[in-house]
Amino acid sequence: MNRQRAVFLVKNILRVLLLVICVSIVTFALMKASPVDPLQANVGQAALGSMSREQKEKLQEYWGVDTPPVEQYLSWAEDFIRGDMGISLLYRQPVASVIAVKLANSLFLMAMAWVISGILGFALGVISGMNRGRPADKVIRGYCLLISSTPVFWLALLLLMVFGVWLGIFPIGLSVPIGVEAGGVTFADRLYHAVLPALTLSITGVSNIALHTREKMIDIMESDYVLFARMRGETGWRLFKYYGFRNVLFPAVTLQFASISEIFGGSVLVEQVFSYPGLGQAAVSAGLGSDMPLLMAITIVSALFVFGGNLTANLLYGVIDPRVRRGGGTK
Amino acid sequence: MSGKKGNTSDSRKNRSDEQTMRDVQREDAPVLKIEHMSISFTQYDRGMHQTSLPVIRDLDVEVHGGEMVAVVGSSGSGKSLLAHGVMGVLPYNADMGGRITYCGEELAKERIKKLRGREIVLVPQSIAYLNPLMKIGPQIRRGSKATEARKKLRGIFRRYELDAGVEELYPFELSGGMNRRVLISTALMEEPKLVIADEPTPGLDLAVAKRAMAHFRELADMGAGVLVITHDLELALEVADRIAVFYAGTTVEEASVQDFEHEETLRHPYTKALWRAMPRHGFQYIEGTQPYVKNLPTGCSFAPRCPHCGAECAGEIDYRIVRGGKVRCIRAE
Repeated sequence: MNRQRAVFLVKNILRVLLLVICVSIVTFALMKASPVDPLQANVGQAALGSMSREQKEKLQEYWGVDTPPVEQYLSWAEDFIRGDMGISLLYRQPVASVIAVKLANSLFLMAMAWVISGILGFALGVISGMNRGRPADKVIRGYCLLISSTPVFWLALLLLMVFGVWLGIFPIGLSVPIGVEAGGVTFADRLYHAVLPALTLSITGVSNIALHTREKMIDIMESDYVLFARMRGETGWRLFKYYGFRNVLFPAVTLQFASISEIFGGSVLVEQVFSYPGLGQAAVSAGLGSDMPLLMAITIVSALFVFGGNLTANLLYGVIDPRVRRGGGTK
Repeated sequence: MSGKKGNTSDSRKNRSDEQTMRDVQREDAPVLKIEHMSISFTQYDRGMHQTSLPVIRDLDVEVHGGEMVAVVGSSGSGKSLLAHGVMGVLPYNADMGGRITYCGEELAKERIKKLRGREIVLVPQSIAYLNPLMKIGPQIRRGSKATEARKKLRGIFRRYELDAGVEELYPFELSGGMNRRVLISTALMEEPKLVIADEPTPGLDLAVAKRAMAHFRELADMGAGVLVITHDLELALEVADRIAVFYAGTTVEEASVQDFEHEETLRHPYTKALWRAMPRHGFQYIEGTQPYVKNLPTGCSFAPRCPHCGAECAGEIDYRIVRGGKVRCIRAE
């Protein structure tokens, strides 16, 4: 058993290392291949025209335009391994502290969306799967298909328009009220500002989870053991409680942790629309502004997040599924 | 093993002693009577063209209390559907015709819903029919925590020599030998009047298979009607009272076990062919295979393989009584 655990640990450490290396190389390569000229993007065409050659050279050095890519990557990697993520070129602050602030904002948003979409998606999926072909199923499925074919940013704009502009119930953007000292911002303020973006993320997240849960539920309802349970006179709630729920819970947990990546991806767009100063928005500005150290760090942090989510799902499986938990000992 | 065999034939002798008692029971209607059962599936064939797949065309069988009847047919001939049809759990695209009566009254959809799991129980073929995530004990008790249910289960486990610890196991932890006994335990939690055993001996070695069959014999001896659906004629002959032979969607013959002692006492050519194919009768086989349900011949479905087939065999063929058994063959006499 201990040896098994050690193998599992080593395997996953190797995996995460490989993941970080690959992700950083790909990000770096994509960034180098991008047509964005850091000088034009960050200084502006007009300002560049009025600058002296010396000034331009200084700027080029700052943005690393002339450094050979391999050399640039290796020097970044060397620092990164030592734990130094560098200084953000845009924010002129250590990357670590930029990420810390942005991540805190985003995490709040994503956690809300994750919990809401998880619970709601599971419930809808289960109801839909248990009532396959009936009106409830048709309504839920229709809703899910509609939502999953709706672009996230469009939905965000729609919600913003309806609740922020027309009805004026929620703020139109940012994560804190405008014109209030940082110290004066309450938790309620943050919550209030996070509602709309979180709602957008939840609405889109729900459809995916609900549709997957529905499929699983249908598989379970058609399984031999449910057939036998029905032959033993089980129906409705008892059938769900003893047969459906237990069996759909494990795939749902995996799904829930795997959905972290989707919520992460969705948050990039949603934060952009709501001007919500989170990790997603920082990623966009780092990408467009050629802020190499920041973008590299953000992609790696995101990758680690998603990896962590999947790993958690795997570990949880072992804890809650008796076939995994007790399987090793008896067979 | 031979001891087991002795046991079962002993019990059969005892039963003939109790014949009179059973006849009294027989005055009541049979526990289960299936007449002209047909089950077909609706399928989409080449685009939107709907076809109907008649898996069971005409099935008749009767089970009395205290009696064990085996429906014998080759694997994959759709005989498990018979069980699903009786239990009212056919899939949505299946259509069932004919008449099922239980204790003299028609077994309609609403009635079976009330009776299944109580008076009518099914014993499935494998532990794939058990919830993989529920411990054996609670699963057999159907979640009941009542001391009465616990006591009863302990009694059943003792009867089948299952350790009390088995209650705490998950289905995947059961050993092959325990599977059958656990599955049959599910039937005994209630007082069933009708037990349907769906392929109780798939892939079991002879000794275990015989023991499994003997368990069902016991249920019949306790007074329940037992319907065993199996592909194993030889095993069925050892424990059952009557055999219904199922071929290509129809029951071709219903005969008492004694009729199987000699070829001459059998009625249908297919049953006779089965008899000759048994190892102790020379292992002879006949040419051909069972026709697929989609291209069944009209009239007798055995006609293409039958040595006595004539032109009249293409017409409608009745299931009629011949020498105390039933046969679906116009030549039988």
